[in-house]
Amino acid sequence: MSARSAAPGYALAFGPTLGLGLLFLVPFGIMGVTSVALRNPRGFYAPGFTLDHYERFLSPFFGRILLDSVLICGLAALISVMIAFPTTWLVTRLSRRAQVVFLVAVLAVLSLSEVIVGFAWSKLLSRSEGVSNILVMLGLMAEPAAWTPGFAAVVAALSYATLPYAALVLYPTLSRIDPEVTEAAETLGASPVRTFAEIVVPMARAPIAACLIMAFVFTLGAYAIPNLLGSGNPVRWTITVHITDQAFQQSNLPFAAAMAILLLIVTLGLIWVTQRWLGGGR
Amino acid sequence: MSWGARAFLGVVALIVAAPVVVLAGISVNREKALYFPPRGFSLDWFGQLFTEPAWRDALMTSLTVAAGAAAVAVALALPLAYACWRWSLRGGGLLYLLGLAPFILPPVVSAVGFLSFWARLGVWGELWTAVLSHGVFLVTLPLVTVTLGLRSIDRHVVEAAETMGANEVTLARTIVLPLVVPYMISGAAFAFVLSLNEYIIAFMTIGFTHETLPVKIFNSLRYGYTPTMGAAAVVFIGLAVVVFGLIGRFGDLPKLMGAVTRRTD
Repeated sequence: MSARSAAPGYALAFGPTLGLGLLFLVPFGIMGVTSVALRNPRGFYAPGFTLDHYERFLSPFFGRILLDSVLICGLAALISVMIAFPTTWLVTRLSRRAQVVFLVAVLAVLSLSEVIVGFAWSKLLSRSEGVSNILVMLGLMAEPAAWTPGFAAVVAALSYATLPYAALVLYPTLSRIDPEVTEAAETLGASPVRTFAEIVVPMARAPIAACLIMAFVFTLGAYAIPNLLGSGNPVRWTITVHITDQAFQQSNLPFAAAMAILLLIVTLGLIWVTQRWLGGGR
Repeated sequence: MSWGARAFLGVVALIVAAPVVVLAGISVNREKALYFPPRGFSLDWFGQLFTEPAWRDALMTSLTVAAGAAAVAVALALPLAYACWRWSLRGGGLLYLLGLAPFILPPVVSAVGFLSFWARLGVWGELWTAVLSHGVFLVTLPLVTVTLGLRSIDRHVVEAAETMGANEVTLARTIVLPLVVPYMISGAAFAFVLSLNEYIIAFMTIGFTHETLPVKIFNSLRYGYTPTMGAAAVVFIGLAVVVFGLIGRFGDLPKLMGAVTRRTD
């Protein structure tokens, strides 16, 4: 085996590497160049150099957007992991057949377009057709309410959208936890809830952290949901809605590119921190 | 499983199903309005999806982009995964990371990248730019599945073939490729379904010249509600269930998703 030359390997990998470099790395480079170009209200950008777009990050308006984005997406990530974790855990204790059904459902929801999720939730939370009507029928509420648009609606729909991602990140670890571990705890008299809280959760600490970060990054990049369910007031938009708004409605691609680069740096930073933290923890 | 656990799973299943139920309800309204529960019953809106030019065009654009993107993703992923596996390339880890990156980053970042890129090249809005953009964005999926498939090949089989004098081409054609084809197909299927549903990259690359179905649904939410939106959503959900159901039926979905131990039922 060792005498084999790696030359054909490099030759084979050359094409795809070139393709990915050209179509993935180069666009990021151009995005960087665009972010310091001048604004052109009648086109995408005008040649030139300016740091004005980055300077706008320092304004209180932008600080408010960042704070809101972090709050909305952090909350959504937390909720989705809190639902996904016990669900995935319980399913991995079921038969293989049940797990396949679960995975098909998870993948189907995962592939659902964000637009479709946002559309469905805007109906679910509306006054005329939403769940509040069911609560009224059950006598739990006096009259139907409109829960969209608003902060809670965005958080709810984002939690829903990221739920399948969270489940898929947790699935490998949870499915590998040997049933004997929990059986041992229960033989010793621990209740299933206590076993879950004191054995299973600590065993999965690393994937939980990874999952939270991933869900956060995913929701931060969501566009259709905050756009469809969020309020019409730009101050309450998440950063992704602003990026799209600047690129098209405001005809300010350079500022959109600068914000995308900020988002890129934040994401890479978060991934790096998780890697280091999880790598060092073992 | 305890009563409480069953109840919990039931509630989660209910929440997960709720939006799908709403969409299905909307899609069968008799009138051109988005009532839920639906008023009257009609399947005309599903027909509209295939007969009304605007919706049919969007459906065709989506299918074209998704098929092209799946092909591009596999064409990039297969040689990369193969080279990294067969020759344990120096820098192979970095190449693999390059393949994972598009899927890890928020899509809006890649979308702005693609927008800047195609705009600068002066081809912004061309259909094929969305095919290439989606292909690169979704390359991660076949890369992961094919790598998984390659790693599950018994090294002894490869060594036996080498001992018998098989050259690289014969080895690839007669041993390796037949074994990884199922993984290639699942990877392509994943990429296809996700491309069908992807919004932000499709919008930023070709949203103003060719509408994909998600872009069309989004625009319809602004200008002109019609139950066809619900019908389109239901068709897409059905398509996803069929594709993943087939992978689950004929492939090893738990393994693809990262489970290693197999408990006997």
